[in-house]
Amino acid sequence: MAWLILQRLGLGVITLVLVSMLVFAGTEILPGDVAAAILGQNATPESLAALRQELGLDSGPVARYLAWASGILHGDLGQSLANRQPVGELLWPRFGNTMALAGYAAVIAVPLAVGLGISSAALRGSFFDRAANVVALATVSLPEYFLGLLLILFVSVQWGLLPSLADTWSGMGLAAWLQATTLPMLVLVLVTVAQIMRMTRTTVLAVMDQPFIETACLKGLPMGRVVLVHAVPNALGPTINVVAFNLTYLIAGVVLVETIFNYNGLGRFMVDAVSKRDVPMVQAAAMVFAAVHVVMNMLADIAAIALNPRLRHPRVKES
Amino acid sequence: MSHVLQIRDLRVEAPDGTVLLHGVSMDLNPGEVLGLIGESGAGKSTVALASMGYGRGGCRITGGEIRLAGTEMRTAPRQTREALRGTRIAYVAQSAAAAFNPAMRLERQILEVPRVHGLMNEAEARVWMTDLFSALQLPDPEHFGRRFPHQVSGGQLQRAMIAMAMAGKPDILVLDEPTTALDVTTQIEVLRLLRDVIRRYGTAALYITHDLAVIAQIADRLMVLRNGREVETGPTAALLDTPQQDYTRLLVAERHGSLTASQRMHNPGKDELLAIEGVDAFYGRTQVLHDVSLRLNRGETLAVVGESGSGKSTLARLIAGLLPPARGEVRLDGACLPPELSQRDNAQLRRVQLVYQLPDVALNPHQTVGEVIGRPLALFGGLRGRALKDEVARLLDQIGLPACFAARLPGALSGGQKQRVCIARALAAKPDLLICDEVTSALDPLVAEDILRLLLQLQDELGIAYLFITHDLSVVRRLADRVMVMQTGRIIETAGTATLFATPEQAYTRRLLAAVPELRTNWLDEVTAAH
Repeated sequence: MAWLILQRLGLGVITLVLVSMLVFAGTEILPGDVAAAILGQNATPESLAALRQELGLDSGPVARYLAWASGILHGDLGQSLANRQPVGELLWPRFGNTMALAGYAAVIAVPLAVGLGISSAALRGSFFDRAANVVALATVSLPEYFLGLLLILFVSVQWGLLPSLADTWSGMGLAAWLQATTLPMLVLVLVTVAQIMRMTRTTVLAVMDQPFIETACLKGLPMGRVVLVHAVPNALGPTINVVAFNLTYLIAGVVLVETIFNYNGLGRFMVDAVSKRDVPMVQAAAMVFAAVHVVMNMLADIAAIALNPRLRHPRVKES
Repeated sequence: MSHVLQIRDLRVEAPDGTVLLHGVSMDLNPGEVLGLIGESGAGKSTVALASMGYGRGGCRITGGEIRLAGTEMRTAPRQTREALRGTRIAYVAQSAAAAFNPAMRLERQILEVPRVHGLMNEAEARVWMTDLFSALQLPDPEHFGRRFPHQVSGGQLQRAMIAMAMAGKPDILVLDEPTTALDVTTQIEVLRLLRDVIRRYGTAALYITHDLAVIAQIADRLMVLRNGREVETGPTAALLDTPQQDYTRLLVAERHGSLTASQRMHNPGKDELLAIEGVDAFYGRTQVLHDVSLRLNRGETLAVVGESGSGKSTLARLIAGLLPPARGEVRLDGACLPPELSQRDNAQLRRVQLVYQLPDVALNPHQTVGEVIGRPLALFGGLRGRALKDEVARLLDQIGLPACFAARLPGALSGGQKQRVCIARALAAKPDLLICDEVTSALDPLVAEDILRLLLQLQDELGIAYLFITHDLSVVRRLADRVMVMQTGRIIETAGTATLFATPEQAYTRRLLAAVPELRTNWLDEVTAAH
């Protein structure tokens, strides 16, 4: 089993290297010229050439990729082209903000969704099951910007309960922070709960059709024990996978939500960097998002390997 | 005397309204073993599960009375039914491998019964479990329960399932084909231990099986069921010796016939059709065939027998090109067959056909019978249109199905009819060699009997050679010209059928032959005494 996990870790590293090449190549073929963007209308051919040389834009792409990649390995994400500050200093606080919002949403969404999924599987066909499914389908079908605008319209504008802008600053109190971020958190919860819940329900139901569940029922075990002790542990693998997928979304897919609520996270950071053609910032943000994807998927796979009883307790050779 | 279980006029319906049981009644005395026999669809499992107040797959108990330990199970609230399950009546499934939770140690699943029902404290339950493990002769009874289901053999797991059922000290065990999935030699061992345990603890049992020879060893009384109705009930010996109803007579005669049938008159050809020379084969790094060689003449039937894991099916896959050998060669009519399926040409593919054990999964559920049979006709024979239709009709006639079946989907066919379609599909290619991999093991005895007769008749008409893989020695005796015995990937003995049954040379072959149950109520005692 240790070997399988090591293999998976190795694969993760290889994926990251490939992703870094893609990110670099992707920003390379972006239209437009940074130097021209920085200098704007005052650009003369001489000043453009000078700036390009200063920024290292005139050396070959392979050399620039290697320099950039080795920088990342040493924790140096490069320098912003727009304001000449180290990218890391600008990026990590924003990443922290994104993680805080994702964490806030995850703490509520994951237990809620998994609990709802298990309950609706256990009560298959009941009113609760059908109601939960209808609501889940409704929320998953609405795009998050529409959900966000609906919440703003009612919760902020009509009822005036929560602010529509998620303004945060360092040093603000927890209560104020929670008040500012609850609305975007709600949108994220609504979007992720549905998917986790439906996937959990489906996997638990698939396990409930297995003969060993019938055995458990025929042993006279109460329904709650049958579901929690016998069905759920066998449904963990796929459930962890869908949870990891949604956690990834909470961190790396929140561009729209951050934009709607004007939240100072990594998503908006990247949008701003793209509009300024600030290539090192875009590359760094893309790498962080990619790393989140790779790491979360890797963790889910490792969890699935670690939970498989056949791998955890290999067959001993009979003498 | 009071009955531990009393069923009156029990009616059960499937979710779609089909009536599965049309009023079945029975009484079970304390410590008595009642055998429920009949073919699939007879309602054996339905009766047994209904006695636990349980309907499988949404089946509903729609009428009658089930009195268990003084409680009316049909109308009892859910909590009452749960309290009785495991403590008064417990269930042993056919496939222990599927019936155990794969993610939990055996002991946790076994101890859970007395613990959840509050029958014993942890220490008492553990002592009782160890007692049961010892009684069932499981290795290292103190620590056996630490293992996970996948860490023990099939026979051990089936015994662990019996221990789990006994864990709540029930009055009644429901045994649903508990030895059917096991190899013959394992089967008698489990059967013997099961009988010892039942006798030692005075447990009553409902024993479900379609194998009369097995039930004869363990049941006090037998009840024959057919299509959800009772055919007859009586003491085991009396019912087997002097059945009163025609259907019972048919069942008994079939089993007698299969056990005592002598070899048929058959003169196979003298030309070599198939030859295998010194073949080794691997699954990954595990060697599954060791230096296997064999010869098969035109029109000959060679039976391959052995227990699960002996390499029988691997041999079939190898000949069919599904598993390339690591060493050695396969020759058809003197010409070497390419090891890989993809390298064989149409003529080579056509001449070797395979019929599988499970007709349910071997047929595409979305293709009609006509499409299934027509595909090889179009591919190998180039037939289309009218000619194709006529040929499909002819093949259907040959395997004993009416031509109108061509329009049906497999879902509308019975198990035996599906297997006939699989045979017709193989015949459509006009093969020289038909590999039959346990083609009758998934079928009811009477249906299997018809399929065997069909295969014999086809061989007489068409002169096809059969490589007949089976673990059922009674089939071998009737069908095979020669028999090859395999054990752990090696051929240990090959002989003419009559010779092998009369004078087996290897100890393992003798053990296999001795393990086939006979239709006498004292057979198991004799075998046990002989050891």
